[in-house]
Amino acid sequence: MRIDPHHGVVGRAAPRTDALAQAAGGLVYVDDLSYPGMLHGSILRSPHAHARIVSMDVSAAAELDGVHAVLTGADLPVAYGLLPVAQDEHALAVDKVRQVGDAVAAVAADDPDIAQRAIELIDVVYEPLPVIATMDDAVEVADEPIHGDGPRDNRHREVSLDFGDVEAGFGRADHLREDVFFYQGNNHAALEPHGAVALVEDDGRLRLWSATQVPHYLHRIVAKVLEVPEHRIRVTANPTGGGFGAKTDVFAHELVAAKLALVTGRPVKIVLTREEVFYAHRGRHPVLMWIKTGFTADGEITAMWFKTYVDGGAYGSYGPASLLYTGQLQTTTYRIPAYRFQGVRFFTNKPACGPKRGHGTPQPRFGLEVHLDRAADDLGLDPVTIRERNLVRPFSTTVNHLRITSCGLAECIDRVVEASDFHAKRRNLPSGRGVGLAVGAYMSGAGLPIYFNDMPQSEVLLKVDRGGLVTVYSMAADCGQGSTTMLATVVGEALGLEPSDLAVITADTDLTPIDLGSYSSRVTFMAGNAALEAAMRLADLILTAVADELELDTDDVTLGRGVVVAGDRRVPWVEAVRMAEARWGLLTAAGSYKPPKDIRGDYKGAGVGPSPAYSYSACVAQVDCDPETGFVGVDKIWLAHDIGRAINPLLVRGQIEGSVHMALGETLMEEQAFRGALHDGPSLLDYKIPTALEMPPVESILVESIDPEGPFGAKEVGQGPLLPVMPAVANAVHDALGIRVDEVPLRPDKVLAALRDLERGGEGRFGPTELPPYEFRRPLPVDPPPELR
Amino acid sequence: MVGSRRYDGSTIGRSTLEPVTLHVNGIERRLFVASHRTLLETLREDLGLTGTKHGCELGECGACTVLVDGVPILSCLALTLDADDAEIVTIEGVGSVGNPHPLQRSFADHGAAQCGYCTPAMVLTAKALLDRVPHPSDADITEAIAGNMCRCTGYLPIVRAIAAVAAGEAP
Repeated sequence: MRIDPHHGVVGRAAPRTDALAQAAGGLVYVDDLSYPGMLHGSILRSPHAHARIVSMDVSAAAELDGVHAVLTGADLPVAYGLLPVAQDEHALAVDKVRQVGDAVAAVAADDPDIAQRAIELIDVVYEPLPVIATMDDAVEVADEPIHGDGPRDNRHREVSLDFGDVEAGFGRADHLREDVFFYQGNNHAALEPHGAVALVEDDGRLRLWSATQVPHYLHRIVAKVLEVPEHRIRVTANPTGGGFGAKTDVFAHELVAAKLALVTGRPVKIVLTREEVFYAHRGRHPVLMWIKTGFTADGEITAMWFKTYVDGGAYGSYGPASLLYTGQLQTTTYRIPAYRFQGVRFFTNKPACGPKRGHGTPQPRFGLEVHLDRAADDLGLDPVTIRERNLVRPFSTTVNHLRITSCGLAECIDRVVEASDFHAKRRNLPSGRGVGLAVGAYMSGAGLPIYFNDMPQSEVLLKVDRGGLVTVYSMAADCGQGSTTMLATVVGEALGLEPSDLAVITADTDLTPIDLGSYSSRVTFMAGNAALEAAMRLADLILTAVADELELDTDDVTLGRGVVVAGDRRVPWVEAVRMAEARWGLLTAAGSYKPPKDIRGDYKGAGVGPSPAYSYSACVAQVDCDPETGFVGVDKIWLAHDIGRAINPLLVRGQIEGSVHMALGETLMEEQAFRGALHDGPSLLDYKIPTALEMPPVESILVESIDPEGPFGAKEVGQGPLLPVMPAVANAVHDALGIRVDEVPLRPDKVLAALRDLERGGEGRFGPTELPPYEFRRPLPVDPPPELR
Repeated sequence: MVGSRRYDGSTIGRSTLEPVTLHVNGIERRLFVASHRTLLETLREDLGLTGTKHGCELGECGACTVLVDGVPILSCLALTLDADDAEIVTIEGVGSVGNPHPLQRSFADHGAAQCGYCTPAMVLTAKALLDRVPHPSDADITEAIAGNMCRCTGYLPIVRAIAAVAAGEAP
């Protein structure tokens, strides 16, 4: 049932509920926790990318004054991984290390200096093994694969799917185009390094605080690895100093802090250094991709073949999902009548990649949007026309069985094209300056949970006390995106209360019902819907009680702002809830949310990509390039986003502007690069993110398509607006200089190389040409949905 | 087969503790600290002023910014002993939830914080600017905060929040 807001709470640009505490330095992050007798943990990390651990002597560390415990792999032997299909990690290395920075041993000591000295006293003898540094290495059969025994290649997962008759589609095309792109990996660089604090409570239960986006998954994995039942563990996610996916996995330091607390009986804190954060990583996968598309003469897509080669690093992590994401969402923006997706993820001896804002979709989106721009050039079409000819239709099903509902993409394109004066500027700006267009789409939450189950993905509990206070309980973890404020706003709107008059208790496994976590842009849609359902049930209890008490028909009793309107009486909220408590006893209500079942297909791989709703974005970038230095400056970004409904426009615009910042960092300067398997610069000195000086003005345009299933019609905004920015800049650089840099980041040296190519009479391109010598298996045929057959 | 470089432990031992007097948020603090202790460690761990944040250890991210004699400095690169007798202002000395400084109110109202981790340092940097240049241009503001990284907001609402205070628009 669609519920429209009418109390003026939803739709109002309002500060976060904790905004003043943030500005006053009062928010308690995990590193700000301190407990009497607290010890400090430190982790010894591997200097080798691939080596067998021959022996380890911890005696000198253990004997050092002030050291309370030393742990090695033997103390935490249970393997784990976030996905049930990727249980390939250990908290501390068992037998061998697979990347520089792998955790090998850990200590707890009276202070951080002693802990540091102690880990330097641990003597590890390694036998170095051949290093698999690149995907080209990983294709070859290795005597010592990174995972598993016996000679084999270092392939992790492969997918090969055919939706509809791709060859027939190419056969009826008037024009075929092939392109190769490379998208470099990059790190989240959240300002707060990861950290955890653990202690044993008075009742003997383990307590763990962590800077995590996923307290529920952390809870499950701590229980598994420490072999302690879940009900003997309480996990709390502190306010997180930036997530972006960095804190959606479970890490060695969390498991080690918990184990050290159990072993010592003392509180233990571990906070990573910035260097350790780059080794923990789980950031953007490097992806090499090849795209072939058939077009009719007027630009309609007849078929598409998309291949991705994904460098996963040393562990599985979210990788099986990341791999599928490099192929699944192409169909959410364009009608592709026949589609072949082949992808492979390799293990290499580098920090494991995982989800970063956009999870697996920014790389193919970059390739696809630049590919379309080039096809438009081939066909003599402009970039707007080729996209409009192929736009996905609202309330349709894609060839790979994704259910599309509300879609404001056409309006997003119109709005950015108009606001930026795109048509007048394209090909008409002075040399060195140009404009580019691109679009994107993202999920409002992954349709399936990480581990298979039929239970809700989000649950919210409301409790009302006699003072009228409504307390909202939800496990949703606020990583800066504003989920706590969203919950207060949705419940406030539904009950006619001010968000600041509610209390919101979040992200604590003892106190709050399940929310799966702050990933896949799922919280507004899923926790928001659960909160709305709970609030409507609570409203029903209160209205019924007031109607009974005043002997009125329930139809004559409604909620106003802070009052219950009962016939011609206005019953103050506090009085109404007291009537309800007298009528019903303790006043509570619960809501839960589970995505519908009909949003996906039933082929292997169909679990990744479906979502109850997709957000849409369109971006125009205007650039000013210096042909002497190759430097790309961005003058302005126009970004229109279909948010469904803006529950809080201030926070929505904040997500758009923040996405543009992160996107421009990826586009122009950021890369998690390696020499062999050694990180090129695991520090914020070497890893450059844009400062205020590099940030251009952003014109944010909100498009409200009012999704029929979103809470008050809302969809996501945390990730979608990032997606079109990278290709929009690349397309603008082409307009400015006539060159194509088919790689991210578009570094100055690559721009100069493309310009040199142009001067020498080439096509003015810099980018990859070769693909790894890897043979995909024959694609599994999947019938298109009935409406497309 | 290779062994790791073995540290013999011969230099293990505590550094000498030196006396130091700090004036933090208007309060005199007399301490004994190790010569290698950074001002960031002293503020957070010895004085419990956790509003100052650790982000990178290398003076690049700016999250540890505090004011020393009115000038924003990176407390992760400053030795506590070098701040002897100095006037230090941390975010706790600027205002509180109950009694916020206009900059803190303006940061809240403009959505200038998302995760909030860079925010205390941003507020202090902005305060130092406005104390020196009461009516800065947007370019002045951008330049002033260029040493403070923010990963959430794209800086734009931070600039708007500071400009609003400079223009007298904030309460």
